[in-house]
Amino acid sequence: MTVLTVPMAETGSASITRRTRVLRRLRRNPLAVVSFVVLALAAVIALLSPWIAPYSVDQTDFARTFAPPGSPGHVLGTDDLGRDVLSRIMLGARASLQVGLLAVATSLVIGVPLGLAAGYFRAWDAVISRFTDLLLAFPFLIMAVGLAAIRGASLGNAAVAIGIAQIPGVIRVVRSDTLRLKSLDFVAAAVVDGASDLWVLARHILPNATSVILVQATVAIPAAILGEAVLSFLGLGIQPPAPSLGTMLATAQQFAARAPWAAVLPGVVIMGLALAFNVFGDALRDALDPKGDRG
Amino acid sequence: MARYLLTRAWQSALTLLLSTIVVFFGVRALPGDPALALAGEDRSPEALEAIRRHYGLDQPLPLQFAQYVERMAQGDFGVSIRTGTPVSSMLTTALPVTVELSVLAILLATALGVGAGVLAAVRRGRPAEWVANGMALIGLSVPHFWLGLLAILYLSVATGLFPASGFVPILEDPVDNLHHIVLPAVILGTGLAAIIMRQTRSAMLDSLSSDYVRTAKAKGLRPRAVITRHALRNSLIVVVTVVGLQLGGLISGAVVTEQIFGLPGFGKMTIDAVFQRDYPVIQAVVLLTATAYIVINFFVDLLYSVIDPRIRVTGDPA
Repeated sequence: MTVLTVPMAETGSASITRRTRVLRRLRRNPLAVVSFVVLALAAVIALLSPWIAPYSVDQTDFARTFAPPGSPGHVLGTDDLGRDVLSRIMLGARASLQVGLLAVATSLVIGVPLGLAAGYFRAWDAVISRFTDLLLAFPFLIMAVGLAAIRGASLGNAAVAIGIAQIPGVIRVVRSDTLRLKSLDFVAAAVVDGASDLWVLARHILPNATSVILVQATVAIPAAILGEAVLSFLGLGIQPPAPSLGTMLATAQQFAARAPWAAVLPGVVIMGLALAFNVFGDALRDALDPKGDRG
Repeated sequence: MARYLLTRAWQSALTLLLSTIVVFFGVRALPGDPALALAGEDRSPEALEAIRRHYGLDQPLPLQFAQYVERMAQGDFGVSIRTGTPVSSMLTTALPVTVELSVLAILLATALGVGAGVLAAVRRGRPAEWVANGMALIGLSVPHFWLGLLAILYLSVATGLFPASGFVPILEDPVDNLHHIVLPAVILGTGLAAIIMRQTRSAMLDSLSSDYVRTAKAKGLRPRAVITRHALRNSLIVVVTVVGLQLGGLISGAVVTEQIFGLPGFGKMTIDAVFQRDYPVIQAVVLLTATAYIVINFFVDLLYSVIDPRIRVTGDPA
């Protein structure tokens, strides 16, 4: 990377060409396009699900429990209480995405400022490193167990537990990118120019660190979605009767002998969502890589 | 080296102290009077008074904390509210199950992840790489408890190849023990294998294009020797790093896996305790996990500096 051209390019009007280059690379990658379309579709369905779901999620029909997929009126069948599986999957996916976004938002709001501070101010680095170590010592499930014990199990608490567990990852990538940017000439120039630390962080370092943060977020969302499924499956997340893909799998385990197919679909949806995010994240990382296309 | 060791030891000790403080105050943040929580069924004023005295709940906080640390260090985690057995004896029966499960999962994941990672790097741009990459992406995205569920439904129940649940201690019958634990270990290892594969692949790609590998090739070393003796050695560090970093994820995964396969380990004990509001057990579990994480990562760091001497100099694993 040449020291003189890149920093100016990243802050000036040339950032538009960088953006078009990244977008062009993404458009040329068929995996990126497919995963993006899947995610966009999932987002639309999730947003509209309360209105487009064929049945109300709580509508029980005890005359028709465990209808297999393909039954008239219930494309994906019904569950143990005769509720429509398709409707519950749509609303469950909505909850998954909600937790994913909420968790990642939590980790970014706390992690980004700490990562910036750790990378920029030497004195803060040691303190923030101990904080990171401390967070890492409590795995997300243990964090969720503790939170559920103190505050009860809910969608919000599950998202917070997952988000807190993701903070160290955010701090790590933001810190190392800040260290890299800080050593570049345009930051030194701004400091010589009399810019305050806050100004340098907000105007020069944070904007240039966004791509790293973006990639981190795209890999953190699928992890959070899987986390929510695990917590709800164990009963520590979304509470029934609210629909969640994790609790659907827990019910399926109970009734596995009667309706083995019920264990398949919610899992496929969770995997599909996580896979789309992971594939898109990989493509985004490659597209943002200044070294060009590798792997 | 000694300096690095001392710094790391001091940092670990500090983190341990901080996590103990967090758990100590976490327990006090539980809804209601801690004496009430500890008392369980017997809530007579005399019983509550006795508990307050025994646990020093009538003392000032710093003193309480000192006594708390002293009790924990002696392995006195209190008595389970539900079963009445000491938490420490519950742990001695549960921990070996989880340790065995996790160690087996790490071994399987390392073998599979390093193998696939090397293959993907060496066969770059060919079908073998695409297959390995695709498998890794799926391994990262699949909910493992769901894989476990499907494995039980379609492998254990349908074919009877593996027992669907239960556990046999290794000292009682090693073969039967392995038979019970191998499927859960495979399920637990898949996510870790995917992460190890991706890291190994990118580390291998880096070292394959490095000068020392080019030198090794130029002096006429066979390709296999170049890969195993030169390129792969660096990816060893990757595996150690990943296992250290993923330890938390592994503990979380073990909890879920044990729950699904009905293994009587640490995880099952944890989940049961949450639903029964068995606070002494929850507290012990949280504190022990944090301690294990900190101590194991301290040793991972030591291992680092053994594998890669550069770290001893800079003191910062890159």
